[in-house]
Amino acid sequence: MMELESSGWDVIVAGGGNAGLCAAIEAAETGARVLILDAAPKPYRGGNSRHTRNFRCMHRGPLSVLTGSYGEEEYYDDLLRVTKGKTDEDLARMTIRMSEECLPWMEAHGVRFQPSLSGTLSLSRTNAFFLGGGKALVNAYYNTAEDLGVSVVYDASVGHVVIENGRFTGLEVDISGKTHLIEGQALVIASGGFQANTDWLAEAWGPAARNFLIRGTPYNRGRILRDMLDQGAESVGDPTQCHAVAIDGRAAQFDAGIVTRLDCVPFSIVVNRDGQRFYNEGEDVWPKRYAIWGRIVAAQPEQVGYAIIDSKAVNDFMPSVFPPETADTIEGLAQKLGLAGNALAETIREYNAACRPGTFDGTDLDRLSTQGIEPPKTNWARPIDTPPYFGYELRPGVTFTYLGLRVDRTAQVQTGNGPLSNVWAAGETMAGSILGEGYLAGFGMTIGTVFGRIAGQEAAKYVA
Amino acid sequence: MSLDLTRPEGAIAEARRQSEICNACRYCEGYCDVFPAMFAERTFTDGDITQLANLCHNCRGCYYACQYTEPHAFALNIPAALAEVRAESWERYAWPGRLGGLFHRSGVAVAVALVVGIAALFIAMRALVPASGEGFYAYLSHSIMVAIFMPAFLFPVLALVMGVRRYWAEVGGAPLRWAHMKEAARRTASMKNLSGGQGQGCNFEKGDRYSNARRHAHQAVLYGFVLCFASTSSGTLLHYVFGLEAPYSFFSLPKLLGVPGGILLTIGAAGLVALKMKADPALGSASRWGGEMGFTLLLGFTGFSGLVLYAVTGTSLVSLMLAVHLGAVLALFLLTPYSKMAHGAYRFAALVRDAQRRA
Repeated sequence: MMELESSGWDVIVAGGGNAGLCAAIEAAETGARVLILDAAPKPYRGGNSRHTRNFRCMHRGPLSVLTGSYGEEEYYDDLLRVTKGKTDEDLARMTIRMSEECLPWMEAHGVRFQPSLSGTLSLSRTNAFFLGGGKALVNAYYNTAEDLGVSVVYDASVGHVVIENGRFTGLEVDISGKTHLIEGQALVIASGGFQANTDWLAEAWGPAARNFLIRGTPYNRGRILRDMLDQGAESVGDPTQCHAVAIDGRAAQFDAGIVTRLDCVPFSIVVNRDGQRFYNEGEDVWPKRYAIWGRIVAAQPEQVGYAIIDSKAVNDFMPSVFPPETADTIEGLAQKLGLAGNALAETIREYNAACRPGTFDGTDLDRLSTQGIEPPKTNWARPIDTPPYFGYELRPGVTFTYLGLRVDRTAQVQTGNGPLSNVWAAGETMAGSILGEGYLAGFGMTIGTVFGRIAGQEAAKYVA
Repeated sequence: MSLDLTRPEGAIAEARRQSEICNACRYCEGYCDVFPAMFAERTFTDGDITQLANLCHNCRGCYYACQYTEPHAFALNIPAALAEVRAESWERYAWPGRLGGLFHRSGVAVAVALVVGIAALFIAMRALVPASGEGFYAYLSHSIMVAIFMPAFLFPVLALVMGVRRYWAEVGGAPLRWAHMKEAARRTASMKNLSGGQGQGCNFEKGDRYSNARRHAHQAVLYGFVLCFASTSSGTLLHYVFGLEAPYSFFSLPKLLGVPGGILLTIGAAGLVALKMKADPALGSASRWGGEMGFTLLLGFTGFSGLVLYAVTGTSLVSLMLAVHLGAVLALFLLTPYSKMAHGAYRFAALVRDAQRRA
């Protein structure tokens, strides 16, 4: 580790993901002395940004890799739909409007975009994909920051923000087993949510949360968030909620990222530990439904589900990273999945009997619906009758938490006694202000970029 | 259910394990031709993996962008996994087969081949002193040169053809069409697969920063080699078709092609050596590092010794340099099917095969 100076910093950025890097770059470009503290070791730097893949961007005409146009109203409507109105309209519209000028800024600071990935054509108008994904973006920003003279310390976990008379004065930081006091003029908090803190999740969700998998970084433990809330910072977002999708149940507890996503649900039936179906698998196209399945599975015994398909369906969805369990009989598959064979066979017999003739179309709502069973399967309902049979275990995979710090339009952190004069927040740690429920693909990176830049500019203005 | 994350035995099996993980992510689609080809498959035969491996130019963009490199349990290192498969495939296809591995792995073996080549030329010049002759032919007659280099050129060509035929069968290539060849030539001429997809270059010598240095150095070598080859061909034509015998003046085709060719070859090879010294060996086939380095040095030495030979025209050093240069050329030709030089043939075949896939 470099010799870390314990004072003299203009701007300290806690958290080296997208939002923190944007803030650091903006501040450093004004000539400020900037220090980034990232809780992860260097190979895992970048927080959850490392796992992201695109940036949702408003644009009034074709822009970089984005086709057509995507106006403020349509963008805002999309946001309203997923959040069911749980958003701050003023901050949300500001974020949406600013996203348009962010894309060229990102390109000017080393980020490269590529056309929409295969299998994601539906996003080619609204979302600009990063060439190589989020880690390539993170690398580009670290290189840009380094060229601007920004200092970075990895494996540096901030335990306490020292606030005196409404002003930040320094941080207590654990580095290599020792606690250091590092002083600075301004602080940008960009340290994400608390989803990797299983105890905190269990406190909010109940013990079931201990069976959740965490899709992203194990380093978002919410230490700074809790410390700030304890010191009177105002919160936003439902403290008991997290965004969870259904992922392959065999994924590691942390950090498995995109590859454990399972897109097979619409073409399968999903049963619980007792071999019973519990939700309409064919309710809508998968991009509109995958985000609710985390909660649906979380509500089942032991927080586990099993998607069952037959050989007709095996090529209808993107491959997942782990091969499915497979057997020539339903009973054999049930045994491999650890389910009661007769219960699963009975569920499938009932389901098959409820399927109706019709034309299957895996690319669109085909209205191929079951009749006379509960819950129904209202699209893509084909009998499961062609061996070999395949089964995937599903578990809730947590992407992020909603609880965060309340900020204003300048990203300034608020308390009951007004704003903290020299503390700003950006990224997941304040995203609950705008994204109160649900998720809109690529919007986390938009919030992080917009507020990261604002936080960096404001902090730089303060220290100038 | 439990999951087996252990690495399988064998280069192809390991590359397959990694490709299946990539196929569920797809973030790297825009870097090069490997990923669109990979994402077109759901399962990978040995031939599929071999094709992907030969399509890979080792630009390393995907490694630095990857969220699953070590210490992550998935331990992805696609550039190294494909480099291993690629090198093994060249050794497997080599004809005759016994000559497969040695020069791929050992730089020392390449150096020994060079010494043997030079010695052979010395012996030939000592034993078969021409009665008369101008220029180089005063030291080694034209007919002896032809007797040595005609087979030394034709045999490697035959060996490469045999190897590529085996490759073509294994990767399931279709009958050749002009359009596919043209597409492959276009990608070779621009080294598109070292462009990073957008012209920013690759991640070879500067870690996660992009650079075009390797692409440019490689093209200097490629075009330098082509110019040198054209120089020799033009000399052959002048000799047999027009009855114009060497030595040629500076303003003649052989010299106007050969001098810039030699310069490009020398500078390009020096560049590749310097870049290879800086690059992380763990992202290539570590066991072939020596052979690759030895071969690049031989290539550069061949160009450089040709330039020196031209520079010493009219001095007493001509006979020495003639033996050195022709010895290097001889070693280069004979090693071609059994060394890194073979990559050109297989890479081109892979590009043609990929053009067929895209068509």
